[in-house]
Amino acid sequence: MWIAYKTIVIKEILRFSRIWVQTIFPPIITTSLYLLIFGGLMGERIGPMQGVDYLHFIIPGIILMTVIQNAYANTVSSFFLAKFNHSIEELLISPVSYWIILLGYVSGGVARGFSVGLGVFIAVSFFVDLSIHSIGIVLITFLLTAVLFSLAGFINAVFAQSFDDISIVPTFILMPMTYLGGMFYSIEILPEFWQMLSKFNPIYYMVDSFRMGFLGSSTTDFVTSMMVLTSMIILLAIVAFYLLKRGVNIKT
Amino acid sequence: MPNALQILKLTKTYANNVQALSQVDLSVEQGDFFALLGGNGAGKTTMIGIICSLLNKTSGGVSVMGLDQATELNQVKRMIGLMPQEFNFNPFEPIEEILINQAGYYGIDRHQAKARAELLLKRIELWDKRTDMAKSLSGGMKRRLMLARALMHEPKILILDEPSAGVDVEIRRSMWDFLKELNNEGMTIILTTHYLEEAEFLCRNIAILDKGQVIEQSSMKALLAKVSQQVLILESSKSLPSPLPMLSFSVERLDDHSMQVVLDKLSISNALEVLGKEGIEIEHVRSAQNRLETLFLRLTSREG
Repeated sequence: MWIAYKTIVIKEILRFSRIWVQTIFPPIITTSLYLLIFGGLMGERIGPMQGVDYLHFIIPGIILMTVIQNAYANTVSSFFLAKFNHSIEELLISPVSYWIILLGYVSGGVARGFSVGLGVFIAVSFFVDLSIHSIGIVLITFLLTAVLFSLAGFINAVFAQSFDDISIVPTFILMPMTYLGGMFYSIEILPEFWQMLSKFNPIYYMVDSFRMGFLGSSTTDFVTSMMVLTSMIILLAIVAFYLLKRGVNIKT
Repeated sequence: MPNALQILKLTKTYANNVQALSQVDLSVEQGDFFALLGGNGAGKTTMIGIICSLLNKTSGGVSVMGLDQATELNQVKRMIGLMPQEFNFNPFEPIEEILINQAGYYGIDRHQAKARAELLLKRIELWDKRTDMAKSLSGGMKRRLMLARALMHEPKILILDEPSAGVDVEIRRSMWDFLKELNNEGMTIILTTHYLEEAEFLCRNIAILDKGQVIEQSSMKALLAKVSQQVLILESSKSLPSPLPMLSFSVERLDDHSMQVVLDKLSISNALEVLGKEGIEIEHVRSAQNRLETLFLRLTSREG
Protein backbone atom coordinates (compact mmCIF):
# COMPACT_ATOMS: atom_id res chain seq x y z
CA MET A 1 0.00 0.00 0.00
CA TRP A 2 2.97 2.29 0.67
CA ILE A 3 4.05 1.96 -2.97
CA ALA A 4 0.53 2.78 -4.20
CA TYR A 5 0.40 5.83 -1.91
CA LYS A 6 3.83 6.98 -3.06
CA THR A 7 2.77 6.51 -6.69
CA ILE A 8 -0.30 8.73 -6.29
CA VAL A 9 1.70 11.42 -4.50
CA ILE A 10 4.50 11.41 -7.11
CA LYS A 11 1.90 11.51 -9.89
CA GLU A 12 0.20 14.50 -8.23
CA ILE A 13 3.46 16.38 -7.65
CA LEU A 14 4.57 15.77 -11.24
CA ARG A 15 1.16 16.91 -12.47
CA PHE A 16 1.29 20.35 -10.86
CA SER A 17 5.02 20.71 -11.46
CA ARG A 18 4.61 20.12 -15.20
CA ILE A 19 2.23 23.07 -15.35
CA TRP A 20 4.16 25.30 -12.92
CA VAL A 21 3.36 28.37 -15.02
CA GLN A 22 -0.30 27.84 -14.12
CA THR A 23 0.11 26.46 -10.61
CA ILE A 24 3.19 27.78 -8.82
CA PHE A 25 4.08 31.04 -10.50
CA PRO A 26 0.78 33.04 -10.50
CA PRO A 27 0.23 32.93 -6.70
CA ILE A 28 3.75 34.32 -6.17
CA ILE A 29 3.02 37.25 -8.52
CA THR A 30 -0.41 37.89 -6.95
CA THR A 31 1.01 37.81 -3.45
CA SER A 32 3.82 40.18 -4.34
CA LEU A 33 1.18 42.59 -5.68
CA TYR A 34 -0.89 42.29 -2.50
CA LEU A 35 2.17 43.10 -0.44
CA LEU A 36 3.18 45.99 -2.66
CA ILE A 37 -0.30 47.57 -2.65
CA PHE A 38 -1.74 46.75 0.78
CA GLY A 39 1.46 46.43 2.72
CA GLY A 40 3.87 48.79 1.03
CA LEU A 41 1.71 51.59 -0.39
CA MET A 42 -1.33 51.62 1.90
CA GLY A 43 0.12 49.93 4.99
CA GLU A 44 1.86 53.02 6.37
CA ARG A 45 -1.42 54.94 6.28
CA ILE A 46 -3.31 52.12 8.00
CA GLY A 47 -0.89 51.99 10.88
CA PRO A 48 0.06 49.12 13.23
CA MET A 49 -2.26 46.20 13.99
CA GLN A 50 -1.97 43.69 16.84
CA GLY A 51 1.16 45.54 17.86
CA VAL A 52 3.09 45.23 14.59
CA ASP A 53 3.25 47.30 11.41
CA TYR A 54 0.58 46.48 8.86
CA LEU A 55 2.95 44.92 6.30
CA HIS A 56 4.22 42.35 8.83
CA PHE A 57 0.67 41.81 10.06
CA ILE A 58 -0.78 40.76 6.68
CA ILE A 59 2.08 38.54 5.49
CA PRO A 60 1.04 35.36 7.42
CA GLY A 61 -2.56 35.73 6.25
CA ILE A 62 -1.51 36.19 2.65
CA ILE A 63 0.78 33.14 2.74
CA LEU A 64 -1.99 31.06 4.30
CA MET A 65 -4.49 32.31 1.71
CA THR A 66 -2.28 30.94 -1.07
CA VAL A 67 -1.95 27.65 0.81
CA ILE A 68 -5.75 27.41 1.17
CA GLN A 69 -6.44 28.26 -2.46
CA ASN A 70 -3.78 25.98 -3.89
CA ALA A 71 -4.43 22.96 -1.69
CA TYR A 72 -8.10 23.22 -2.63
CA ALA A 73 -7.43 23.87 -6.32
CA ASN A 74 -5.08 20.91 -6.60
CA THR A 75 -7.44 18.22 -5.34
CA VAL A 76 -10.56 19.67 -6.94
CA SER A 77 -9.01 19.99 -10.39
CA SER A 78 -6.97 16.79 -10.27
CA PHE A 79 -9.77 14.54 -9.05
CA PHE A 80 -12.39 16.17 -11.27
CA LEU A 81 -10.15 15.75 -14.34
CA ALA A 82 -9.53 12.12 -13.39
CA LYS A 83 -13.32 11.66 -13.37
CA PHE A 84 -13.72 13.67 -16.56
CA ASN A 85 -11.14 11.74 -18.60
CA HIS A 86 -12.00 8.46 -16.80
CA SER A 87 -8.41 7.96 -15.65
CA ILE A 88 -9.88 7.45 -12.16
CA GLU A 89 -10.69 3.95 -13.48
CA GLU A 90 -6.96 3.18 -13.33
CA LEU A 91 -7.28 3.40 -9.56
CA LEU A 92 -10.73 1.86 -9.24
CA ILE A 93 -9.75 -1.39 -10.97
CA SER A 94 -6.57 -1.70 -8.91
CA PRO A 95 -6.36 -3.03 -5.36
CA VAL A 96 -5.63 0.42 -3.87
CA SER A 97 -7.86 1.02 -0.84
CA TYR A 98 -10.13 4.05 -0.74
CA TRP A 99 -8.19 5.47 2.22
CA ILE A 100 -4.99 5.37 0.22
CA ILE A 101 -6.63 7.07 -2.77
CA LEU A 102 -7.96 9.81 -0.49
CA LEU A 103 -4.67 10.16 1.37
CA GLY A 104 -2.76 10.31 -1.93
CA TYR A 105 -4.89 13.09 -3.35
CA VAL A 106 -4.84 15.03 -0.07
CA SER A 107 -1.05 14.68 0.10
CA GLY A 108 -0.88 16.07 -3.44
CA GLY A 109 -2.89 19.09 -2.29
CA VAL A 110 -0.64 19.53 0.74
CA ALA A 111 2.45 19.29 -1.48
CA ARG A 112 1.15 22.03 -3.79
CA GLY A 113 0.11 24.17 -0.81
CA PHE A 114 3.59 23.74 0.62
CA SER A 115 5.35 24.51 -2.70
CA VAL A 116 3.34 27.66 -3.28
CA GLY A 117 3.44 28.74 0.38
CA LEU A 118 7.21 28.29 0.43
CA GLY A 119 7.52 30.13 -2.90
CA VAL A 120 5.54 33.06 -1.51
CA PHE A 121 7.55 33.03 1.71
CA ILE A 122 10.82 33.18 -0.26
CA ALA A 123 9.46 35.94 -2.54
CA VAL A 124 8.31 37.95 0.48
CA SER A 125 11.71 37.50 2.14
CA PHE A 126 13.28 39.55 -0.64
CA PHE A 127 11.19 42.59 0.30
CA VAL A 128 10.57 42.23 4.03
CA ASP A 129 12.72 41.21 6.95
CA LEU A 130 10.68 38.22 8.18
CA SER A 131 11.11 36.50 11.49
CA ILE A 132 9.32 33.40 12.72
CA HIS A 133 8.28 33.26 16.37
CA SER A 134 7.57 29.51 16.40
CA ILE A 135 8.37 27.27 13.41
CA GLY A 136 6.40 24.43 15.06
CA ILE A 137 3.17 26.47 15.17
CA VAL A 138 3.72 27.68 11.60
CA LEU A 139 4.23 24.15 10.29
CA ILE A 140 1.39 22.49 12.20
CA THR A 141 -1.06 25.23 11.22
CA PHE A 142 0.06 25.01 7.62
CA LEU A 143 -0.31 21.22 7.61
CA LEU A 144 -3.78 21.14 9.17
CA THR A 145 -5.01 23.96 6.93
CA ALA A 146 -3.68 22.31 3.77
CA VAL A 147 -5.17 18.93 4.75
CA LEU A 148 -8.54 20.50 5.52
CA PHE A 149 -8.80 22.35 2.22
CA SER A 150 -7.46 19.45 0.20
CA LEU A 151 -10.29 17.36 1.66
CA ALA A 152 -12.80 20.10 0.87
CA GLY A 153 -11.52 20.25 -2.71
CA PHE A 154 -11.83 16.49 -2.98
CA ILE A 155 -15.48 16.55 -1.86
CA ASN A 156 -16.20 19.36 -4.32
CA ALA A 157 -14.65 17.27 -7.11
CA VAL A 158 -16.78 14.24 -6.24
CA PHE A 159 -19.97 16.27 -6.65
CA ALA A 160 -18.80 18.35 -9.62
CA GLN A 161 -20.40 17.46 -12.94
CA SER A 162 -18.86 20.25 -15.01
CA PHE A 163 -15.92 22.65 -14.99
CA ASP A 164 -18.28 25.36 -13.68
CA ASP A 165 -18.93 23.26 -10.59
CA ILE A 166 -15.28 23.31 -9.59
CA SER A 167 -15.09 27.10 -9.63
CA ILE A 168 -18.35 27.90 -7.83
CA VAL A 169 -17.18 26.94 -4.34
CA PRO A 170 -13.80 28.73 -4.53
CA THR A 171 -15.41 31.88 -5.90
CA PHE A 172 -18.58 32.14 -3.84
CA ILE A 173 -17.63 30.41 -0.60
CA LEU A 174 -13.89 30.05 -0.20
CA MET A 175 -12.82 33.54 -1.21
CA PRO A 176 -15.36 35.42 0.97
CA MET A 177 -14.54 33.15 3.92
CA THR A 178 -10.83 33.77 3.43
CA TYR A 179 -11.19 37.53 3.13
CA LEU A 180 -13.55 37.67 6.12
CA GLY A 181 -11.35 35.37 8.21
CA GLY A 182 -9.10 38.15 9.46
CA MET A 183 -6.54 37.91 6.69
CA PHE A 184 -6.27 41.70 6.22
CA TYR A 185 -7.40 42.80 9.67
CA SER A 186 -7.54 41.77 13.30
CA ILE A 187 -11.07 40.84 14.34
CA GLU A 188 -10.51 42.99 17.46
CA ILE A 189 -11.29 46.06 15.34
CA LEU A 190 -14.75 44.69 14.44
CA PRO A 191 -17.96 45.46 16.38
CA GLU A 192 -18.80 42.76 18.92
CA PHE A 193 -21.48 41.11 16.77
CA TRP A 194 -19.13 40.71 13.80
CA GLN A 195 -16.37 39.49 16.09
CA MET A 196 -18.69 36.75 17.32
CA LEU A 197 -19.74 35.88 13.77
CA SER A 198 -16.08 35.67 12.66
CA LYS A 199 -15.57 32.95 15.23
CA PHE A 200 -17.85 30.67 13.20
CA ASN A 201 -15.48 31.02 10.29
CA PRO A 202 -12.87 28.23 10.51
CA ILE A 203 -10.42 30.26 8.44
CA TYR A 204 -10.23 32.77 11.29
CA TYR A 205 -8.64 30.11 13.53
CA MET A 206 -6.15 29.12 10.86
CA VAL A 207 -5.08 32.67 10.07
CA ASP A 208 -4.89 33.56 13.76
CA SER A 209 -2.72 30.54 14.61
CA PHE A 210 -0.51 31.01 11.58
CA ARG A 211 -0.03 34.65 12.51
CA MET A 212 0.80 33.59 16.04
CA GLY A 213 3.54 31.35 14.62
CA PHE A 214 5.06 34.35 12.87
CA LEU A 215 4.35 37.22 15.26
CA GLY A 216 3.85 35.54 18.61
CA SER A 217 0.51 37.25 19.26
CA SER A 218 -3.02 36.03 18.63
CA THR A 219 -6.63 36.83 19.38
CA THR A 220 -7.70 33.32 20.28
CA ASP A 221 -6.35 30.32 22.14
CA PHE A 222 -4.00 28.14 20.02
CA VAL A 223 -5.36 24.88 21.46
CA THR A 224 -8.93 25.92 20.59
CA SER A 225 -7.82 26.68 17.04
CA MET A 226 -6.16 23.29 16.68
CA MET A 227 -9.24 21.55 18.05
CA VAL A 228 -11.48 23.35 15.56
CA LEU A 229 -9.17 22.42 12.68
CA THR A 230 -8.76 18.79 13.75
CA SER A 231 -12.52 18.30 14.24
CA MET A 232 -13.22 19.68 10.79
CA ILE A 233 -10.54 17.48 9.22
CA ILE A 234 -12.03 14.38 10.86
CA LEU A 235 -15.51 15.34 9.68
CA LEU A 236 -14.49 16.05 6.09
CA ALA A 237 -12.27 12.93 5.93
CA ILE A 238 -15.23 10.75 6.95
CA VAL A 239 -17.48 12.43 4.37
CA ALA A 240 -14.87 12.13 1.60
CA PHE A 241 -14.19 8.48 2.41
CA TYR A 242 -17.90 7.68 2.46
CA LEU A 243 -18.46 9.36 -0.92
CA LEU A 244 -15.51 7.54 -2.45
CA LYS A 245 -16.51 4.17 -1.02
CA ARG A 246 -20.10 4.59 -2.22
CA GLY A 247 -18.74 5.59 -5.62
CA VAL A 248 -20.90 8.72 -5.71
CA ASN A 249 -20.65 10.14 -9.24
CA ILE A 250 -17.89 7.64 -9.96
CA LYS A 251 -19.59 4.25 -10.08
CA THR A 252 -23.14 3.46 -11.19
CA MET B 1 -8.78 -26.33 -11.41
CA PRO B 2 -11.25 -23.45 -10.87
CA ASN B 3 -12.59 -21.53 -13.82
CA ALA B 4 -10.79 -18.31 -14.73
CA LEU B 5 -14.15 -16.58 -14.60
CA GLN B 6 -17.42 -17.79 -13.19
CA ILE B 7 -20.51 -15.61 -13.35
CA LEU B 8 -23.72 -16.72 -11.67
CA LYS B 9 -27.12 -15.09 -12.14
CA LEU B 10 -25.57 -11.68 -12.68
CA THR B 11 -28.12 -8.91 -12.93
CA LYS B 12 -27.60 -5.21 -13.42
CA THR B 13 -30.38 -2.67 -13.40
CA TYR B 14 -29.34 0.97 -13.78
CA ALA B 15 -30.92 3.81 -11.81
CA ASN B 16 -33.09 4.68 -14.83
CA ASN B 17 -34.55 1.13 -14.63
CA VAL B 18 -32.74 -0.08 -17.73
CA GLN B 19 -31.88 -3.72 -17.20
CA ALA B 20 -28.48 -4.22 -18.81
CA LEU B 21 -27.94 -7.78 -17.58
CA SER B 22 -30.52 -10.32 -16.56
CA GLN B 23 -29.60 -13.50 -14.64
CA VAL B 24 -26.46 -14.07 -16.70
CA ASP B 25 -24.50 -17.29 -16.19
CA LEU B 26 -21.12 -17.58 -17.85
CA SER B 27 -17.96 -19.57 -17.32
CA VAL B 28 -14.53 -19.22 -18.87
CA GLU B 29 -11.87 -21.87 -18.34
CA GLN B 30 -8.29 -21.06 -17.43
CA GLY B 31 -6.09 -20.59 -20.48
CA ASP B 32 -9.04 -19.99 -22.77
CA PHE B 33 -9.25 -17.37 -25.50
CA PHE B 34 -12.88 -16.43 -25.13
CA ALA B 35 -15.06 -14.22 -27.29
CA LEU B 36 -17.98 -12.28 -25.89
CA LEU B 37 -20.10 -11.09 -28.76
CA GLY B 38 -23.16 -8.92 -28.84
CA GLY B 39 -24.55 -5.88 -30.55
CA ASN B 40 -24.51 -2.39 -29.15
CA GLY B 41 -26.33 -2.33 -25.81
CA ALA B 42 -26.22 -6.11 -25.42
CA GLY B 43 -24.59 -5.76 -22.00
CA LYS B 44 -20.96 -6.65 -22.78
CA THR B 45 -19.38 -3.49 -21.38
CA THR B 46 -21.67 -3.60 -18.34
CA MET B 47 -20.56 -7.17 -17.65
CA ILE B 48 -16.90 -6.22 -17.99
CA GLY B 49 -17.48 -3.16 -15.78
CA ILE B 50 -18.87 -5.38 -13.02
CA ILE B 51 -16.07 -7.96 -13.33
CA CYS B 52 -13.50 -5.16 -13.07
CA SER B 53 -15.25 -3.37 -10.16
CA LEU B 54 -16.06 -0.29 -12.20
CA LEU B 55 -19.79 -0.85 -11.84
CA ASN B 56 -21.88 -2.11 -8.95
CA LYS B 57 -23.92 -5.21 -9.65
CA THR B 58 -27.59 -5.42 -8.68
CA SER B 59 -27.42 -9.12 -7.80
CA GLY B 60 -25.57 -12.30 -8.64
CA GLY B 61 -22.02 -13.47 -8.17
CA VAL B 62 -18.64 -13.16 -9.84
CA SER B 63 -15.63 -15.26 -9.03
CA VAL B 64 -12.21 -15.08 -10.61
CA MET B 65 -9.75 -18.00 -10.42
CA GLY B 66 -11.92 -19.42 -7.66
CA LEU B 67 -11.91 -16.21 -5.62
CA ASP B 68 -15.22 -14.61 -4.78
CA GLN B 69 -15.30 -10.96 -5.82
CA ALA B 70 -17.61 -10.11 -2.92
CA THR B 71 -15.21 -11.31 -0.23
CA GLU B 72 -11.77 -11.24 -1.85
CA LEU B 73 -12.02 -8.15 -3.99
CA ASN B 74 -8.39 -7.03 -3.84
CA GLN B 75 -7.07 -10.45 -4.82
CA VAL B 76 -9.61 -10.59 -7.65
CA LYS B 77 -8.46 -7.18 -8.86
CA ARG B 78 -4.85 -8.36 -8.96
CA MET B 79 -5.86 -11.22 -11.27
CA ILE B 80 -7.42 -9.00 -13.93
CA GLY B 81 -5.95 -6.69 -16.55
CA LEU B 82 -8.40 -4.52 -18.43
CA MET B 83 -8.12 -2.82 -21.78
CA PRO B 84 -11.36 -0.83 -21.93
CA GLN B 85 -13.30 0.35 -24.94
CA GLU B 86 -12.98 4.08 -24.21
CA PHE B 87 -9.65 5.80 -23.68
CA ASN B 88 -9.31 6.20 -19.94
CA PHE B 89 -5.88 7.64 -19.26
CA ASN B 90 -4.74 11.15 -18.49
CA PRO B 91 -3.95 12.60 -21.94
CA PHE B 92 -1.51 15.07 -20.36
CA GLU B 93 0.71 12.37 -18.87
CA PRO B 94 3.79 10.91 -20.63
CA ILE B 95 3.04 7.37 -21.71
CA GLU B 96 5.87 5.78 -19.74
CA GLU B 97 4.53 7.48 -16.58
CA ILE B 98 1.06 6.06 -17.26
CA LEU B 99 2.49 2.56 -17.24
CA ILE B 100 4.74 3.08 -14.22
CA ASN B 101 1.87 4.59 -12.21
CA GLN B 102 -0.43 1.71 -13.08
CA ALA B 103 2.18 -0.76 -11.83
CA GLY B 104 2.56 1.32 -8.66
CA TYR B 105 -1.15 0.94 -7.90
CA TYR B 106 -0.54 -2.82 -7.83
CA GLY B 107 2.38 -2.45 -5.45
CA ILE B 108 5.18 -2.78 -8.02
CA ASP B 109 8.07 -0.46 -7.15
CA ARG B 110 9.19 2.21 -9.60
CA HIS B 111 12.46 0.52 -10.54
CA GLN B 112 10.76 -2.76 -11.44
CA ALA B 113 7.91 -0.94 -13.15
CA LYS B 114 10.34 1.01 -15.33
CA ALA B 115 11.92 -2.21 -16.59
CA ARG B 116 8.54 -3.79 -17.30
CA ALA B 117 7.32 -0.62 -19.04
CA GLU B 118 10.40 -0.68 -21.28
CA LEU B 119 9.76 -4.31 -22.21
CA LEU B 120 6.11 -3.72 -23.04
CA LEU B 121 6.60 -0.41 -24.85
CA LYS B 122 9.21 -2.06 -27.05
CA ARG B 123 6.89 -5.00 -27.70
CA ILE B 124 4.04 -2.73 -28.81
CA GLU B 125 6.40 -0.45 -30.74
CA LEU B 126 5.88 2.68 -28.64
CA TRP B 127 9.27 2.85 -26.96
CA ASP B 128 10.38 5.80 -29.10
CA LYS B 129 7.37 7.74 -27.90
CA ARG B 130 7.80 6.99 -24.20
CA THR B 131 8.24 10.62 -23.18
CA ASP B 132 5.41 11.92 -25.36
CA MET B 133 2.12 13.01 -23.83
CA ALA B 134 -0.60 10.40 -24.37
CA LYS B 135 -2.75 12.96 -26.18
CA SER B 136 -0.23 13.10 -29.02
CA LEU B 137 -0.69 9.42 -29.91
CA SER B 138 -2.89 8.21 -32.76
CA GLY B 139 -6.02 6.17 -32.00
CA GLY B 140 -4.27 2.88 -32.70
CA MET B 141 -1.29 3.85 -30.54
CA LYS B 142 -3.63 4.78 -27.68
CA ARG B 143 -5.20 1.30 -27.89
CA ARG B 144 -1.77 -0.31 -27.75
CA LEU B 145 -0.87 1.87 -24.79
CA MET B 146 -3.96 0.62 -22.95
CA LEU B 147 -2.98 -2.97 -23.79
CA ALA B 148 0.48 -2.43 -22.33
CA ARG B 149 -1.02 -0.76 -19.26
CA ALA B 150 -3.33 -3.75 -18.70
CA LEU B 151 -0.29 -6.06 -18.72
CA MET B 152 1.90 -4.05 -16.33
CA HIS B 153 0.97 -6.11 -13.24
CA GLU B 154 1.13 -9.44 -15.12
CA PRO B 155 -2.52 -10.41 -14.71
CA LYS B 156 -3.84 -13.96 -15.03
CA ILE B 157 -6.85 -12.81 -17.04
CA LEU B 158 -6.76 -10.16 -19.71
CA ILE B 159 -10.07 -8.55 -20.64
CA LEU B 160 -10.15 -6.68 -23.93
CA ASP B 161 -13.16 -4.55 -24.75
CA GLU B 162 -13.11 -3.83 -28.49
CA PRO B 163 -9.29 -3.92 -28.76
CA SER B 164 -9.14 -3.40 -32.52
CA ALA B 165 -11.39 -0.39 -32.84
CA GLY B 166 -9.55 2.25 -34.85
CA VAL B 167 -6.47 0.09 -35.36
CA ASP B 168 -5.17 -0.33 -38.91
CA VAL B 169 -4.88 -3.78 -40.49
CA GLU B 170 -1.12 -4.13 -40.06
CA ILE B 171 -1.13 -3.14 -36.40
CA ARG B 172 -4.23 -5.27 -35.80
CA ARG B 173 -2.41 -8.32 -37.14
CA SER B 174 0.61 -7.63 -34.98
CA MET B 175 -1.67 -7.13 -31.97
CA TRP B 176 -3.34 -10.47 -32.71
CA ASP B 177 0.07 -12.17 -32.82
CA PHE B 178 0.92 -10.62 -29.45
CA LEU B 179 -2.39 -11.75 -27.95
CA LYS B 180 -1.90 -15.30 -29.29
CA GLU B 181 1.57 -15.29 -27.77
CA LEU B 182 0.18 -14.23 -24.38
CA ASN B 183 -2.52 -16.89 -24.59
CA ASN B 184 0.05 -19.55 -25.49
CA GLU B 185 1.98 -18.55 -22.38
CA GLY B 186 -1.12 -19.43 -20.34
CA MET B 187 -2.94 -16.13 -19.97
CA THR B 188 -6.72 -16.36 -20.15
CA ILE B 189 -8.04 -13.78 -22.59
CA ILE B 190 -11.62 -12.57 -22.82
CA LEU B 191 -12.40 -10.44 -25.83
CA THR B 192 -15.37 -8.43 -26.97
CA THR B 193 -15.29 -7.28 -30.54
CA HIS B 194 -17.36 -6.04 -33.41
CA TYR B 195 -14.91 -7.63 -35.85
CA LEU B 196 -16.36 -11.12 -36.03
CA GLU B 197 -13.40 -12.17 -38.14
CA GLU B 198 -11.23 -11.29 -35.14
CA ALA B 199 -13.25 -13.54 -32.81
CA GLU B 200 -13.21 -16.37 -35.35
CA PHE B 201 -9.47 -16.04 -35.86
CA LEU B 202 -8.45 -15.75 -32.20
CA CYS B 203 -10.99 -17.42 -29.94
CA ARG B 204 -11.62 -21.03 -28.99
CA ASN B 205 -14.86 -20.48 -27.10
CA ILE B 206 -17.62 -17.98 -27.45
CA ALA B 207 -20.70 -16.56 -25.78
CA ILE B 208 -23.27 -14.39 -27.48
CA LEU B 209 -25.06 -11.77 -25.42
CA ASP B 210 -28.30 -10.25 -26.53
CA LYS B 211 -30.50 -7.87 -24.57
CA GLY B 212 -28.65 -8.64 -21.35
CA GLN B 213 -28.83 -12.42 -21.65
CA VAL B 214 -26.44 -15.12 -22.83
CA ILE B 215 -28.23 -16.71 -25.78
CA GLU B 216 -25.41 -19.03 -26.82
CA GLN B 217 -22.25 -20.38 -25.23
CA SER B 218 -20.13 -23.07 -26.82
CA SER B 219 -16.87 -23.71 -28.59
CA MET B 220 -16.21 -21.68 -31.72
CA LYS B 221 -15.91 -24.91 -33.72
CA ALA B 222 -19.28 -26.26 -32.55
CA LEU B 223 -20.94 -22.94 -33.15
CA LEU B 224 -19.59 -22.54 -36.66
CA ALA B 225 -20.63 -26.10 -37.49
CA LYS B 226 -24.19 -24.93 -37.00
CA VAL B 227 -23.80 -22.75 -40.04
CA SER B 228 -24.16 -25.30 -42.80
CA GLN B 229 -25.14 -22.66 -45.32
CA GLN B 230 -22.34 -21.06 -47.30
CA VAL B 231 -22.65 -18.02 -49.51
CA LEU B 232 -19.96 -17.91 -52.18
CA ILE B 233 -18.99 -15.64 -55.04
CA LEU B 234 -17.87 -17.60 -58.11
CA GLU B 235 -15.96 -15.91 -60.88
CA SER B 236 -15.34 -17.03 -64.44
CA SER B 237 -13.01 -15.57 -67.09
CA LYS B 238 -15.67 -16.29 -69.73
CA SER B 239 -19.03 -14.54 -69.95
CA LEU B 240 -21.73 -16.26 -67.97
CA PRO B 241 -24.93 -17.35 -69.78
CA SER B 242 -27.94 -15.13 -69.29
CA PRO B 243 -30.22 -16.21 -67.84
CA LEU B 244 -28.33 -18.79 -65.78
CA PRO B 245 -29.62 -22.37 -66.09
CA MET B 246 -31.90 -23.82 -63.37
CA LEU B 247 -29.70 -25.62 -60.86
CA SER B 248 -30.22 -27.67 -57.69
CA PHE B 249 -28.89 -24.78 -55.58
CA SER B 250 -29.71 -21.13 -55.41
CA VAL B 251 -27.73 -19.02 -57.85
CA GLU B 252 -27.80 -15.33 -58.71
CA ARG B 253 -25.99 -13.62 -61.59
CA LEU B 254 -24.05 -10.59 -60.29
CA ASP B 255 -22.46 -9.44 -63.55
CA ASP B 256 -21.07 -10.90 -66.79
CA HIS B 257 -18.30 -12.79 -65.01
CA SER B 258 -19.51 -13.44 -61.47
CA MET B 259 -22.40 -15.01 -59.60
CA GLN B 260 -23.43 -15.67 -56.04
CA VAL B 261 -24.38 -19.19 -54.97
CA VAL B 262 -25.93 -20.36 -51.71
CA LEU B 263 -24.91 -23.89 -50.75
CA ASP B 264 -26.87 -25.63 -48.07
CA LYS B 265 -25.77 -29.25 -47.95
CA LEU B 266 -23.94 -29.44 -51.25
CA SER B 267 -20.13 -29.26 -51.14
CA ILE B 268 -18.20 -26.73 -53.20
CA SER B 269 -16.65 -29.45 -55.39
CA ASN B 270 -20.09 -30.88 -56.20
CA ALA B 271 -21.39 -27.42 -57.05
CA LEU B 272 -18.40 -26.80 -59.33
CA GLU B 273 -19.03 -30.17 -61.01
CA VAL B 274 -22.70 -29.25 -61.62
CA LEU B 275 -21.67 -25.90 -63.09
CA GLY B 276 -19.00 -27.60 -65.27
CA LYS B 277 -21.67 -29.88 -66.76
CA GLU B 278 -23.56 -26.72 -67.73
CA GLY B 279 -20.45 -25.44 -69.48
CA ILE B 280 -19.63 -22.86 -66.82
CA GLU B 281 -15.98 -22.89 -65.84
CA ILE B 282 -15.16 -21.29 -62.52
CA GLU B 283 -11.71 -19.86 -61.89
CA HIS B 284 -12.07 -18.08 -58.55
CA VAL B 285 -14.14 -18.85 -55.46
CA ARG B 286 -14.46 -16.51 -52.48
CA SER B 287 -16.70 -16.33 -49.44
CA ALA B 288 -19.42 -13.71 -49.63
CA GLN B 289 -20.07 -13.60 -45.90
CA ASN B 290 -18.30 -14.38 -42.69
CA ARG B 291 -19.84 -17.53 -41.24
CA LEU B 292 -19.80 -16.23 -37.71
CA GLU B 293 -21.51 -13.07 -38.89
CA THR B 294 -24.24 -15.18 -40.49
CA LEU B 295 -24.75 -17.07 -37.26
CA PHE B 296 -24.57 -13.98 -35.10
CA LEU B 297 -27.26 -12.25 -37.13
CA ARG B 298 -29.42 -15.34 -37.05
CA LEU B 299 -29.10 -15.81 -33.29
CA THR B 300 -29.77 -12.21 -32.48
CA SER B 301 -32.69 -12.24 -34.95
CA ARG B 302 -31.34 -9.40 -37.01
CA GLU B 303 -31.66 -11.54 -40.09
CA GLY B 304 -34.10 -14.37 -40.88
